[in-house]
Order: sequence, then C-alpha cells, then structure tokens
Amino acid sequence: MAIFHRTLTVFTALAGLFVSAPAWAEDAAKPVVGMATPWELGFQDAASPIMRQITEFHTYVTIIITLIALFVLGLLIYVMVRFNEKRNPEPSRTSHNTPIEVIWTVVPIFILVAIAIPSFRLLFAQYDFPKADVEITATGNQWYWSYEYPDEGISFDSIMVQDADLKPGQPRLLTVNNEVVVPVNKNVIVGLKSNDVIHDWAMPSFGVKLDAVPGRLQKTWFRAEKEGWFYGQCSELCGRNHAFMPIAVHVVSQDEYDSWVAKQKAAELDSKGKVAAIEK
Amino acid sequence: MAKTAQAEAAHHDEHPYGVTRWLFSTNHKDIGTMYLIFALVAGVIGGLLSMGMRAELMEPGMQIFSNPEMFNVFVTAHGLIMVFFMVMPSTMGGFGNWMVPLMIGAPDMAFPRMNNISFWLIVMAFTLLVTSLFMPGAAGTTGAGSGWTVYAPLSTIGMPGIAMDFALLSLHLAGASSILGAINFITTIFNMRAPGMTLHKMPLFVWAVLVTAFLLLLSLPVLAGAITMLLTDRNFGTAFFDSAHGGDPVLWQHLFWFFGHPEVYILIVPGFGIVSQIVSTFSRKPIFGYLGMAYAMVAIGVIGFVVWAHHMYAAGISVNTQAYFVFATMVIAVPTGVKIFSWIATMWGGSLRFDTPMLWAIGFIFLFTVGGVTGVVLSNAGVDRSLHDTYYVVAHFHYTMSIGAVFSIFAGWYYWTPKMWGYMYSETLGKIHFWLMFIGANLTFFPQHFLGLAGMPRRYADYPDAYAGWNMVSSIGSYIGFAGLLVFLFSIVYMFAKKQKAAANPWGAGATTLEWTLPSPPPFHTYETLPRIK
Repeated sequence: MAIFHRTLTVFTALAGLFVSAPAWAEDAAKPVVGMATPWELGFQDAASPIMRQITEFHTYVTIIITLIALFVLGLLIYVMVRFNEKRNPEPSRTSHNTPIEVIWTVVPIFILVAIAIPSFRLLFAQYDFPKADVEITATGNQWYWSYEYPDEGISFDSIMVQDADLKPGQPRLLTVNNEVVVPVNKNVIVGLKSNDVIHDWAMPSFGVKLDAVPGRLQKTWFRAEKEGWFYGQCSELCGRNHAFMPIAVHVVSQDEYDSWVAKQKAAELDSKGKVAAIEK
Repeated sequence: MAKTAQAEAAHHDEHPYGVTRWLFSTNHKDIGTMYLIFALVAGVIGGLLSMGMRAELMEPGMQIFSNPEMFNVFVTAHGLIMVFFMVMPSTMGGFGNWMVPLMIGAPDMAFPRMNNISFWLIVMAFTLLVTSLFMPGAAGTTGAGSGWTVYAPLSTIGMPGIAMDFALLSLHLAGASSILGAINFITTIFNMRAPGMTLHKMPLFVWAVLVTAFLLLLSLPVLAGAITMLLTDRNFGTAFFDSAHGGDPVLWQHLFWFFGHPEVYILIVPGFGIVSQIVSTFSRKPIFGYLGMAYAMVAIGVIGFVVWAHHMYAAGISVNTQAYFVFATMVIAVPTGVKIFSWIATMWGGSLRFDTPMLWAIGFIFLFTVGGVTGVVLSNAGVDRSLHDTYYVVAHFHYTMSIGAVFSIFAGWYYWTPKMWGYMYSETLGKIHFWLMFIGANLTFFPQHFLGLAGMPRRYADYPDAYAGWNMVSSIGSYIGFAGLLVFLFSIVYMFAKKQKAAANPWGAGATTLEWTLPSPPPFHTYETLPRIK
C-alpha cells in the first residue's frame, strides 16, 4: 500500500507542477482552503491522518477494481471479436468446466481478503479515539449548525452567508457567519446532536462524516494537520434548505486559538452581563 | 408440439372484449401487457422528473425550482416511481406474467383473479403517489420531500402535510400488490410446471423470478410494518421513531433497509434472468454453468437479507457492527462474479449475433460490472465515511439500476417483442435507441463518481461552484439518454404501424425455451394440452 501511496504522491506532485504551479507561486503565503476544485477527479486534499489513510486505501481499492473492470471489458471484446457468427459459425456445446468455475469463485475471495485486511485496519483506526485536546458539540437545526465549546463556555450559531452578502473570495454556499475555530495538530472530539431531524456533519478534508440524530449524542474526531479554512456540507437529507447549511472550520495555530477563545469568552461574558443588566 | 400449436391457433379469437377483457382480466398475457404499458407510462413520468432535476443541476444556483423543497419532492417521486412503478412492474409484472407460464408450460398463473388484483392495486398505488405531489407537504410546498428512504423524523415532524400519508399509503398498496404477485409466482412455479420440467430444467429467467418472489414475500411485510408504524407516529400519537418519547429514528433505518436492501436485488435479479436467456440465445449455446447461475441468484438473495446496515455506516452504529456488515457485504461480490464470468463463458466458443437484444445484454454485463465494483468500494465502511451520501453513491446505484435494471428491461423488451406482439421491431431504431442510451447513461453517471469523490452531497438542489463542470456534463448526458427514450417510444409506434409479422421463433436455433415453440403472438389460451419436456 505504501508503494501505491508513494506513486500517488508522485503523480499528485507532478500534476501540481503542471496545473497549479503559477497559482502556487503567487499565493505562497495564502493558507490552505479545504474545498473541492473545478473538474476535480478524486478526493479533496487530505488534511488529517485519517483522511490520508482513507485516500491511500481508496487508491489501492480503485486500482484493483479498475483492473477487474478492464479484465471483464477485455474478455467481452475478445469474445465479441473471436466468437462472432462470421468467425465462428459453429458454436461449441460446452456448458461445464469445473476447474474454471472453482477458479472464478475462489480467486475473488482472495481479492476480497486482500481488500478486507486494510479495510478493517482503516475502520478501526477511525474509531480509535485519542485523548481530546479540544471538545466541541455541534447541534443540527433546520437549517444551520450550533456549536458549543463546553470546557471554554463558548457557544454560537453558524449560519450560511447568502450569495448577496458574500465578500470577494468567499466561496458560495460554503461561507458561514461564525466558523468553528480549532488549533492545528490537536485532537478535536466532535459531539453531534440534533434539535429536529437527522443532519450529518461532514468534513471531506478530515475524513469525517457522522449523522446528528435526535435523541442521541454521537462522537467523532479529527486532527487537522494544516492551518486554513475547511468546508463541508450537511450530508443527510434534512428538508428544504438541506443544501444551505454548510460546515466551516478554521484551523489556526495554538496561539491564535487561545486568543480567539479569550475573545469569545469576553464577548460571551459581556453579552451575559448585558442581559443581566437588562433583566435588572 | 406443432400440432398442439395449430389446434390452439384455431381458438385464437375466443376471448372477451372491452371492459371484460381488460378491467376484469384474468389472462396472464393481458395482465402482463397492462403491466408493461403501466410501467412505460410510469417510466416516462419518472424520467421527466429526472430531467427536471438535471436541468436544475446543469448550472450552479437555482434556476428551475423556486423552492428547493420542490427539488426534494422531485427526488423523492423519481426514486419511488422508478423503483415501485417502473422497474418492478416491468420485470416481474410485465415479463414475469407474460413469460413464466409460457416458459414452464403452464396454461396461466395459479391465481388468475389475484393476478388481476395485483395489477389494479398498483394502478391505485401510483394514483395515490401522483396525487401526493399536489397535496400539502412540508410547510409552504406540495408533495413528499423525504427521499425514497422516508427517514424519520424528516418524514414525521418534517413533513406535516398529508402528502406524506398519501405517499406512505401508496407504498402500502404497492407492497400489497407485490406480495400477492409474489405468492402467485411462487405457487405457479412450484405447482404448475409441465410434466418433465424439473426445477433444474427451468429457464434461468424463471429461476430469477422465483428468487425475486421470495425476496418480495419476505421483505415487503417488514416495509409494511415499518410504514404502518410511521403512519401511526404521524397520525395517532405513537412514538416508535420519536426520540423525545422513547422512540428511535435509527430504528426506522434498520427496518427500512431490512426491506430496502433485498429490494435492490428485487430490482436487478429478474434482469439477471433476462440477460441469461438472451446471452444463451444469441450465442447459440446453452448457458454455461447453469446450476451455478441458478444458485448464485439464490445466494445473492439469501445474503441480501443480512447486509442492510451497510446503508447506515454514517448513522452512528458501533464499529463492530460496521465491521460485520463490511464483511457480509463483500461476500455478495462472489456469487455476482460467478454470474458475470458465466455469461462471458456462455459467449465463449459461441456463434454470436448482435441483434438489438444482445447489444443491450452485453452493455448490461459490462456496465453492471462497473456498478458492481464501485459497490465493493462502498462496502468498506472506512472509505464509505467519505463517500456516504455523496454523488459517488448516486453513480453506483444508477450504474446498477438505471443502467443495469433498465438495460435488462430494454433487452427483454426487444427480445420478447416479436413473441408478445407478433411484430418485428426495427433493428435500426433499436440500435439507435441502444447507442443513445449507452452514451447518455455513461455521460450522465460516470462523472458523478468524480463529483462524489470531490465531496458533492446527494439530494442537493444547488451546489458550490467547483462542482459546475461535471454537473454540466452529467446533465448533457441525461438529455442524450432522454433522446434515446424518445427514439424508443417512436420505435413502438413505428412497429405497430409497420406491422412486420414475426416468425414463431425469429432468433433461430439458440432460442430453446418453450415460448418460442408457440406462434407469435401466442393464442389467448396456451398449453391447453400440456407440453412434455424430455
């Protein structure tokens, strides 16, 4: 598998040289933006160890299935050319051949085992929860996400910015008013809840996707390895504005994260203080 | 045999007319014909709905639909119509009714009156579903927009209007219709085979219908139970799927997919049967590995009942449960592989003719392989984490359904058209139809793999601009496919206008099943003297 991954890395690097070299040179200072690119053929770039493993495994399986599909196509073309009415006017009457039947039953089993072993390794890695550095709770609502940082006492709603209000450079349907902010290279545990119907918190660059089911608290985790903005979208049909409740995560350095937390806390206290003052 | 056929032809005209013949029909051929007409009408409506969706998705932004909920309604109706009112009525209701009695040498189905009820129930069910499109659904819109999977609580608190109840009752009726049909097929196949027609001599299409009938009989009652619970949740204050009162939304998913996964085999297994008949006929060779082929379908049917939660990897089921379902799902690839390789081995050494039915069958074999191998990818919970509910899944199941099941239906249509109607179809139109559909379907669905990998979620009325390119290609592909459908409709009109008589067996020595021993079209009543199979 390592070899496939390395091959893929080389190809990606080469493709990168040809396709995006000028853009890369211009925006060297620009942080990563985790979203799909036009005419993309594969996964979005991985920004977490799990997504790297998913990409690697997917490449491996895709190579296998492509070979199988081409093998079947090759056989079909061969029989169509070799055994058509003109070239083979007298059909054979063969309808049994035990050895070949055994082969095409047993060989697929071996291929499946070769897929299953790394598949299970990946699956269990996804559920191998590390010790949390940051815990957040995301709650699905029709049609926006609410976030809570229980340890820091921060909470806010994250609502999609309408097309008309987008600033230049902000991606349509993905930009929100309040992004989730997390520190880079830290384990983030995301708890998922829902206030109405089932939603799904998905972040392609991190390899994360989990339903937010009413009445349950379910958990997933990620460890973002790059600073930047990362975008995902609700991935379980939830009604009218299903396509309009994006997920945006801003990955920052620990220092920036700390100052963000301090600012949020102050704002939270401030607003609570104001509420208290009004109530008096 | 020839004598019997002639004697029967003499009685050809002894059949009722008008309402008595069609509304009260108990004749398997007439009921089969009505099922085919019904499926054609439903298929055109379902196809038009998908055209609406593809037109909306051709460019980013909202163009066709003023309200995104209406898009969800289209998605839902397209799915339900294609599954319950197009594929099932054409393969089981249409070809099954027409061909099973003819192929096993039975005079008719075991329960002809029940056959009539099955058909008219599905018409009622379709009427309810179409009516639901115009009933109040989610706030401010009409129609049920829950997806064909009807997940609670979107289908309970999310769809307050009566449209959802109409859709659920429609499913109830369609389910009842299919259960009655399944009982009819099982009884017919077990009890009414002609002398000498042992189970292991039955044509593979009959095996396919038998396996499918068992899948229907065992899975649809579960759906019926589940939608009853949903209806009482919606209307009578129960809380099976309401977490606030002790229920669980995930319970719905388990019940639905316990039905839903066998359902996808219900859609495709009859296609396996049709393709087997055609490949054998046009290779002028008996099917290779007959027993393996028959029992591969049985195995697919059995395993199909124990893999349902692979649709739920993102629902939050435990990691060990996921590991089991990964394993079980992968096992299905083995009997499926046996079928693919046996079809190729049937052609191997044969004397192949490429008439229209054979084109569809070969197209089916390759494209079903493509849909099958992406199924192997999706079976892995680890990678499904990224692909669940994206367009990759849409591409996968349209390769197996829209291309697989639909190609097998068209294959069956062209194969049995001379027998059913007594007229030859136009080869030229049939081939144009094939190539338009083949190019159109591939252009529509192959790019959706890329969209899914890049993360585009399914059931989206609008999408980020990065997905624009492949969506444009996909929409253009769907228009080409629809043009193919128009050619198909024209070819039917053309055939009935041209009235080019078909021989009893237009396919020659390769067509060995019983229906080709009868005149084309067969008389109203067949096998008044039972054939004897050596």
